[in-house]
Amino acid sequence: MDKVQNNKAWFLVLPVLVLVAFSAVIPLMTVVNYSVQDTFGSNVFFWEGLGWFEQVLTDSRVHAALGRQLAFSGIILAIQIPLGIAIAVCMPKRGFWASVCLVLMALPLLIPWNVVGTIWQIMGRTDIGLVGYTLDQVGISWNYARNPVHAWVMVVMMDVWHWTSLVALLAYAGLQSIPQAYYQAAKIDQASRWKVFRYIELPKMQGVLLIAILLRFMDSFMIYTEPFVVTGGGPGSATSFLSIDLVKMALGQFDLGPAAAFSLMYFLVILLVSWVFYTVMTNLDKAEGR
Amino acid sequence: MSLAWMAWTGPTAIFFGVIATLLVIFTILGIRYPETPRRGILTIETTRGDRLFITLLGSAFINAGWLAMSGQPQYWALGICAFYAAAVFRWV
Repeated sequence: MDKVQNNKAWFLVLPVLVLVAFSAVIPLMTVVNYSVQDTFGSNVFFWEGLGWFEQVLTDSRVHAALGRQLAFSGIILAIQIPLGIAIAVCMPKRGFWASVCLVLMALPLLIPWNVVGTIWQIMGRTDIGLVGYTLDQVGISWNYARNPVHAWVMVVMMDVWHWTSLVALLAYAGLQSIPQAYYQAAKIDQASRWKVFRYIELPKMQGVLLIAILLRFMDSFMIYTEPFVVTGGGPGSATSFLSIDLVKMALGQFDLGPAAAFSLMYFLVILLVSWVFYTVMTNLDKAEGR
Repeated sequence: MSLAWMAWTGPTAIFFGVIATLLVIFTILGIRYPETPRRGILTIETTRGDRLFITLLGSAFINAGWLAMSGQPQYWALGICAFYAAAVFRWV
């Protein structure tokens, strides 16, 4: 059958293109322009070439920030994904308590990032904070402002508290979409609870879990506000993740050139990871659709 | 309208000009010679546009790696990118 091809619908995308041009493309072009120049302010620029890129690529400070960033994303994924799945599996499937659980799970997601930071900053205090006071009473000399390990524990706990619900809700949606026939078949075969999870629930959740991993990875990779409010990137630079370090460089030191080169490298990594996830997801959809 | 605030330079203008030209060429190619996606060594379905994206993204990393590790002039990296691009369009 001959299909009529009409490309006029593409004109409907124009408004979005114009918006994206102003909100993303033009700023990105400006950053690229900054990255090859040096400035001392007053909009006067000097040609620098690829010097800033070389500096950023070989800078131990940037490498350390990237290492911390990867460690942070790895840790929170390793906690949030299994925990989210476990919560989703335990949540009631229908009825009054299912609604209650859903609302409770959605609550942390509704709180603005800086408020989450403030909540946890207070929680960690040993004089008035629940976490800090309890740990202090247990005998741990808790001080997240001076001890790097404590600072990391705080930041990770905060992120887990804030975002595990997202994974749980996505996994829950995946679980709800599994037809009852699969469970009935498993019952006939006398499959154990573990086997039901391993061979029915987990494979059926694959799609939503990939989305959850992508979302959580990207969000954690770009995290700024929460650790900035809680630890300010400290003690020292123990919790200075990429974006915190970038802002320090761009606004704190006003090194626009190096900061521009840094942000472009950051952008490239995010672009690569997004592309990999997107490709895996779309291929998964096609494989399922066949 | 002054564009001075964007701090344009010749090389960056050429850089964006090349990317814009590539996008236009690939759009025209897409309209003139419609294609079906194919599967290459990455075992994923790719169109011409996908292969262009993989080429550009990979070239960025090749250039960054060259700059960080080789200490040689940057245009050699462009040579490697040309081979990489040919390989992507042939086998991916």
